[in-house]
Amino acid sequence: MNNKLKVLRAERNWSQSDLAAQLSISRQSVNAIETGRYDPSLPLAFQIAELFALRIEDIFFSNK
Amino acid sequence: MFMNSSAERRYVVRLAIATAAYIFTLWLGERFVGSGAVVGLPAYLLALLPGLSVTGMFWAVARLMIEETDEYLRMLLVRQSLIATGFTLSLVTIWGFLENFNLVPHVDAFYVAILWFFGLGIGSVANKFMFQNKNKTS
Repeated sequence: MNNKLKVLRAERNWSQSDLAAQLSISRQSVNAIETGRYDPSLPLAFQIAELFALRIEDIFFSNK
Repeated sequence: MFMNSSAERRYVVRLAIATAAYIFTLWLGERFVGSGAVVGLPAYLLALLPGLSVTGMFWAVARLMIEETDEYLRMLLVRQSLIATGFTLSLVTIWGFLENFNLVPHVDAFYVAILWFFGLGIGSVANKFMFQNKNKTS
């Protein structure tokens, strides 16, 4: 699964640590999600979508 | 390893207590059971304590797995523990057959715990290779 988390974060001028703090997760988690090494659970994906006021499918999309 | 969450801090405290209990109860066992100063049921009870202390270390790892709220870090710990478990089970099974055919000497069962913790180290290295951070400065 791909995502545009890094772009969304950059648009808001947030560091990975800033985003991690707002999601109450570790900076390592943000890094792993952004680089596609880890796909978040559905609850975390919803949390991310709510933070950016977007739909999940606007942030995460299939590789296919 | 990561050391950020409160779950990890509790893990370190629990592991330190279990390790201290292990050292103390092992000394007690050597002093009173090993020397023959205590026999019978009290000897069995004393001899159980070091093993129970090591069980406390396993419990500390299990609690960390349960209490870690960061799903990515929890996934890494689960993966690390599975690698440790697979490594330990494979090695002791292979050793058991070799021992059965009198090809290797007998090894005491408590070494399984040491192997498992060594396996956690292997799991940690494997995690680093698989999930190494990228773009750390971003």
